[in-house]
Amino acid sequence: MSEQAIDTATDTRSTGVRAMLKEFWHYFSENRGAVIGLWFFIGVCLVALLADLIAPHGATMQYRDALLTPPVWQDGGDWRFLLGTDAVGRDMLSRLIYGSRYSLFVGCIVVTVAMAVGVTIGLIAGFIGGAVDTLIMRLMDIILSFPSLLLALVLVAILGPSLTNAMVAIAIVQQPHYVRLTRAAVLGERNKDYVTAAKVAGVRPLRLMFYTILPNCMAPLIVQAALSFSTAILDAAALGFLGMGAQPPTPEWGTMLAEAREFILRAWWVVTLPGLAILLTVLAINLMGDGLRDALDPKLKRS
Amino acid sequence: MFQFLIRRIGLIIPTFIGVTIAAFAFIRVLPGDPVLLMAGERGVTPERHAALMKQFGFDRPIYEQYFDYFFSALGGDLGNSLVTKKPVWDEFFTLFPATLELSVCAIIFAVLVGVPAGIFAATRRGSWPDQTIMGTALVGYSMPIFWWGLLLIILFSGTLGWTPVSGRISLLYFFKPVTGFMLIDSLLSGQKGAFSSALSHLILPTIVLGTIPLAVVARQTRSAMLEVLSEDYVRTARAKGLSPVRVVGVHALRNAMIPVITTIGLQVGVLLAGAILTETIFSWPGIGKWMVDSIFRRDYPSVQGGLLMIAVIVMTVNLIVDLLYGLVNPRIRHTR
Repeated sequence: MSEQAIDTATDTRSTGVRAMLKEFWHYFSENRGAVIGLWFFIGVCLVALLADLIAPHGATMQYRDALLTPPVWQDGGDWRFLLGTDAVGRDMLSRLIYGSRYSLFVGCIVVTVAMAVGVTIGLIAGFIGGAVDTLIMRLMDIILSFPSLLLALVLVAILGPSLTNAMVAIAIVQQPHYVRLTRAAVLGERNKDYVTAAKVAGVRPLRLMFYTILPNCMAPLIVQAALSFSTAILDAAALGFLGMGAQPPTPEWGTMLAEAREFILRAWWVVTLPGLAILLTVLAINLMGDGLRDALDPKLKRS
Repeated sequence: MFQFLIRRIGLIIPTFIGVTIAAFAFIRVLPGDPVLLMAGERGVTPERHAALMKQFGFDRPIYEQYFDYFFSALGGDLGNSLVTKKPVWDEFFTLFPATLELSVCAIIFAVLVGVPAGIFAATRRGSWPDQTIMGTALVGYSMPIFWWGLLLIILFSGTLGWTPVSGRISLLYFFKPVTGFMLIDSLLSGQKGAFSSALSHLILPTIVLGTIPLAVVARQTRSAMLEVLSEDYVRTARAKGLSPVRVVGVHALRNAMIPVITTIGLQVGVLLAGAILTETIFSWPGIGKWMVDSIFRRDYPSVQGGLLMIAVIVMTVNLIVDLLYGLVNPRIRHTR
């Protein structure tokens, strides 16, 4: 085959990708909420990356002269601590800034692990079928019979409370969703002509699974990834709140809330702000998720 | 239908067995052997240890232990709590009504607000009320409910002083539980003020637990309604000159409700997970708080039993939802 032919082949492909992205952005940007969510999410990512530069104080730095200082705009506020301090005199703003790292980290790791494991298992189930498929799907049914947070809680009780174990537990709880989605998509694709053609051409099973079939199943998986990113953040915060996630003095938002509980009637800011951070981050990701769904999956209907 | 029933029930049996294996495995995968776990920090002499291992049957082959566990669980014997020494089964069913009452109220709240909100949004698609309702629903869906509960406590219990902070009823009232539902029991007791006390204790937890189901129901109602509204028979109904209220409220609503009812049924897992957080915040004496307390107290038989019972409840409700769905929608029955 001449080199020129290969060049043209790659060319069409790159414009294809560009056209796809352009089309994607066209539909995605139609959804105003999704764009706002995206910008907010990028903002949170920047804050997490630049935490060392923008945080005015260290996350565990205690100012013994300024316990439970209210935010600046309230009586008794101090310009050193824009959003006030907590019960042991740590700056709320700095802790919130550093906390974004934990939440994003949890989201990224959980989604990556759950997706990688879930997609592989789902591909195997859908591709091999038969007894393997039945066994895998029954296993997933078992995991799904437990309320997710409860199962995560019990897994952490077994593994010992820490942020890492919380992430492992949440990833285990979430991967059945990927397995089900992937399997369903594979079953839909498996008998299509292009797959048969690839088989006839002698494509090996692994390549067939990951290279031929998988890309055509991506749309629902990406939407699920956004959804499980936000669920992971919520669940990790909930575990932290129950004392089963990140341990104090880690500035994880859920853990901060747990520490603040006894002050709810005295110092509103130590309770309100970490929760608001969780809510806004999760909301931004869910807004993005809605936009992704509209843009990637026309079958799921605009609504 | 019969075939569908058999097939669906056939599916649940391996899942049930799997769930018992998971619950059984739970105590075994913990570091240390079960007797050491139960002895806790006090420790135990080697002789006593061996005797206890024998007494509880931990020295027998693992599969024998499992079969023992399986059949006693079938007979309602989930072992005894390490803390109260009472049967886990009894503990569970003493506390379960509290969780059931809270969950039922949360679902009623979610449906009463969510369905009308969804219908309203669907009939005004794209307008600002629609966008406001759906925006609010997404906020509700994204809500960390443990924080939401604390906020409501700050506002309604702290600042306004309208509602109590924790528990199911004021300590001033005492009566024997009849149904286990505080609202009904307080009415039956005939004590003045008991019902309103129970109600005021219930309001905030209901809102907190109902928030996520409410958001899901509103979103689902809206999209189901939109789909149905574009169908031919609705156009026909409109063309016949029926009033919009009748078209939407009677003709469209009936079909739109099918997926919504499924969604409501599938919320049971969400509710039980939410109950863990809600009950912890409001010190609500239900199984959610009991599970968390048991985990912290290292009361492993209780955790194990609770885990199994909750999974069985979720499985049963999902089965009922599936069967109902098959009943109302023939297309589901005949696939596969």
